[in-house]
Amino acid sequence: MSMWVAILLAAAGCYALKLLGFLMPAPLLEHPRVTAAAALLPVGVLVSLIVVQTVGGQERIVLDARLVGVAVALVAVLLRAPFLAVIVCAAAATALTRLIF
Amino acid sequence: MDRAAAVRRGAAVTEPALPATARPQAQPARRRTVIRDALAVGLATGTYGFSFGALSDAAGLSTAQTAALSALMFTGASQFAFVGAVAAGGAPLAGVLPAVLLGMRNSFYGFGLDRLLRLRGLRRLVGAHLVIDESTAMAVGQRRVEFASLAFWATGASVFVLWNLATLLGALSGDMITDPAAIGLDAVAPAAFVALVAPRIRTRPAWLVATATAVVALCLVPFQPAGVVVLAAAAVVMAVVTLMPRLAGVVTAGHGTSDGVDG
Repeated sequence: MSMWVAILLAAAGCYALKLLGFLMPAPLLEHPRVTAAAALLPVGVLVSLIVVQTVGGQERIVLDARLVGVAVALVAVLLRAPFLAVIVCAAAATALTRLIF
Repeated sequence: MDRAAAVRRGAAVTEPALPATARPQAQPARRRTVIRDALAVGLATGTYGFSFGALSDAAGLSTAQTAALSALMFTGASQFAFVGAVAAGGAPLAGVLPAVLLGMRNSFYGFGLDRLLRLRGLRRLVGAHLVIDESTAMAVGQRRVEFASLAFWATGASVFVLWNLATLLGALSGDMITDPAAIGLDAVAPAAFVALVAPRIRTRPAWLVATATAVVALCLVPFQPAGVVVLAAAAVVMAVVTLMPRLAGVVTAGHGTSDGVDG
């Protein structure tokens, strides 16, 4: 049940933020600091999520096969691989590492 | 990166096709180009939706819950963040914060689109749901205002339909997976984030923020739950913008509203 609550809560929050853009008064969102923060916020949040989900454990750092998968994903992105290829390479590298070690 | 690349490709393909002298008979051809590009972008995001469906299923969400996320939240990075937080062993509510934080950029898209589309009433309520990276990039990429509206609705609709369809297919195929870790599915969410963040780290301020949040996250991971780490990243961004405006690329004159729109 709490999963449905969380889904509806997050979805409502995301929709409200989308609608907010249509309703905000111009001066607030045109403020230079606000536009700079808007461009940088996704970067900060995504990088922190990468760290949490690559080396995160139950409140400790865990170095395992995920690290290999994410490193392979990074190489694939640098080689301009399409999204699905990045994902498949990362999963395959992780699985292969687990199989060998 | 498929999504951003598709958006860029879409914008790049459509722009030169516009003749300098817009003859009346060129209009239907131009409309067809916009619609074709919208379908192409929808297909490209489909592969992303498929990955999301499979991952969400592996994270323990039911097919109905996975489908609901794509239909109701309808913003990819937030959906991956939500599912990733749940998969990492967090309580369902732990997924709400990163999802909403990533959804904040859509406010800025809506702000730019509002002046372009001038939506009112029901059209505004429906249009708001379709405000995502792809529809914004395609609308803003049009040189003429009359095509911006078509590009927004065509791309929004195309991505919505194909995104939800692909999610369902991914979730159903995910049912066949018995051991997610054995096939490396726990690396899929962070790999998706790498693909999503890479096109955004092109400027010096972005590099600064990426480095600072990575260091802060590494320091916090051993002691704090994921939600606190993500919140700390948001705080780092705010601190950089407030305390080091020059380094953060805060421009006081001649700034545009398209800063947030880069895929």
